[in-house]
Amino acid sequence: MIKVGNLEKSYGDQKALKGISLEVGKGELFGLIGPDGAGKTTLMRILVTLLLPDSGFASLDGLDVVADFRKIRTMVGYMPGRFSLYQDLTVEENLQFFATVFGGTIAENYHLIKDIYIQIEPFKNRLAGKLSGGMKQKLALSCALIHAPKVLILDEPTTGVDAVSRKEFWEMLNNLRHMGITIMVSTPYMDEANLCDRVALFQNGSILSIDSPKNIIASFHKKLFGVKVETTAQRFECVGLLKSYPGIDSVFSFGESIHITTIQQNVDETSVMGYLSQMGHQGIAVERIEPSIEDVFMELMQNETN
Amino acid sequence: MKQIKEDTGSIIRVRDLVKKFGDFVAVDHLTFEVNKGEIFGFLGANGAGKTTAIRMLCGLLEPTSGALRVAGFDGYHQREEIKRNIGYMSQKFSLYEDLTVYENFRLYAGIYGIPRKERIRKTEELLLKLKLEESRDKLVGGLPLGWKQKLAFSLALFHNPAVVFLDEPSGGVDPLTRRTFWDLIYEVAHQGVTIFVTTHYMDEAEYCNRVAIMSEGKIVALDTPAALKSFYKADSMDGVFLKIARNKE
Repeated sequence: MIKVGNLEKSYGDQKALKGISLEVGKGELFGLIGPDGAGKTTLMRILVTLLLPDSGFASLDGLDVVADFRKIRTMVGYMPGRFSLYQDLTVEENLQFFATVFGGTIAENYHLIKDIYIQIEPFKNRLAGKLSGGMKQKLALSCALIHAPKVLILDEPTTGVDAVSRKEFWEMLNNLRHMGITIMVSTPYMDEANLCDRVALFQNGSILSIDSPKNIIASFHKKLFGVKVETTAQRFECVGLLKSYPGIDSVFSFGESIHITTIQQNVDETSVMGYLSQMGHQGIAVERIEPSIEDVFMELMQNETN
Repeated sequence: MKQIKEDTGSIIRVRDLVKKFGDFVAVDHLTFEVNKGEIFGFLGANGAGKTTAIRMLCGLLEPTSGALRVAGFDGYHQREEIKRNIGYMSQKFSLYEDLTVYENFRLYAGIYGIPRKERIRKTEELLLKLKLEESRDKLVGGLPLGWKQKLAFSLALFHNPAVVFLDEPSGGVDPLTRRTFWDLIYEVAHQGVTIFVTTHYMDEAEYCNRVAIMSEGKIVALDTPAALKSFYKADSMDGVFLKIARNKE
């Protein structure tokens, strides 16, 4: 459904995309995972025909983003990173507006937005500018869907949104995927990668890796250990100690534990625990763990810079 | 006005703090204390009242009722003194993008009335520490996000505040930079600066000494991450957060 080949884009001498290639299949939920400035937004803006590429090609459903931009605009739904609805129109007026711009009605495609819109319908006469963050997000998604697009492109819909609303939003995306809509979604939250069929890990205008979350995790070849500490003060000291322990490649705080990687055979649970207890830290648990997408991302980033 | 000596080690003391906008109660009887050198996490869903609470703690908004002291100053009558004795870093970083790194230091030092000699000494010291010496004459707008983040944090600390408020300091930053930033936070807390931080990254909640979770204007949970996890029978702070939100429904 989406094809991108060797796509490049620069802003002045700043290279935003350094020759990106990827394909997204019909009905796939595809994630662009990476920090701000990685190039996610630039790629999305080229796909929705708001920005011209410098070189390379991109197409949606066989339509070229440059030559066929008019046709693409009718078949793609786009939710930009910044709230872009009309703040001084009501909830219902915004939806009405987006339906009519595409020559349709709300009733025609109501089935697509029903589950989402029903949650904000009690506030349909409220001005969009007066909605809470979570409600704005639901309205923006409804407006992007009301013309029944084949492809939905969502630029960081969950940024700055609390953990509960984020979860709800991903449930909505999952339902839309079951209706056959192809979805490309970007996010800086690494844990959200697991909710996609496939993801591209973005960094500095390049793709570090592109695969299913499962395969990306399987590509991690180092031994990974989780070190559980009891207090915050202990964490601070243990991170410092572990960094100077020979044979350990990386040391990172990871929520309640500290993750360490190694390729050396002689570094294991017992040796690490022994070292920390020798340095005066008791009650610490060390265990071999499976990596998360975030572990892989950081590993790939470090390889990139080295 | 004279600063009143605190008996305890708390930098922030809040009792029954309320803020109403018309009939709407945005902050509903908050009571908590934050100790010197503590990293205090302040979490909550969007619209829970976090921003309103922080604006009062920073002296930007007068409370409706309740008691509030920050760094020994009163939240009603000494709001200017509060502003002078705290540091603040927003998620937008609030740097002047069309000034150079060096000019940003100069501007902030000027705003806080830091003497020239001290300003120069401290600027050089920080440029060295942040590895920004070579970029001192570059415009801030062109710096990578991670550098801007470090710079914004240093500027918030430039006038030696007793407490620094970090409002979603790591939104959108890559995972390596996010961790380097937390190393910096630990270091500063270790030197006795109190850190008051909001975040939507639940792994970062684990890095705090204590965490308060706000919902509908109230603090619904306040304890160490370990105690919260054991109380809510969750294996991560994410689990705690989701359970609290569900209980509410």
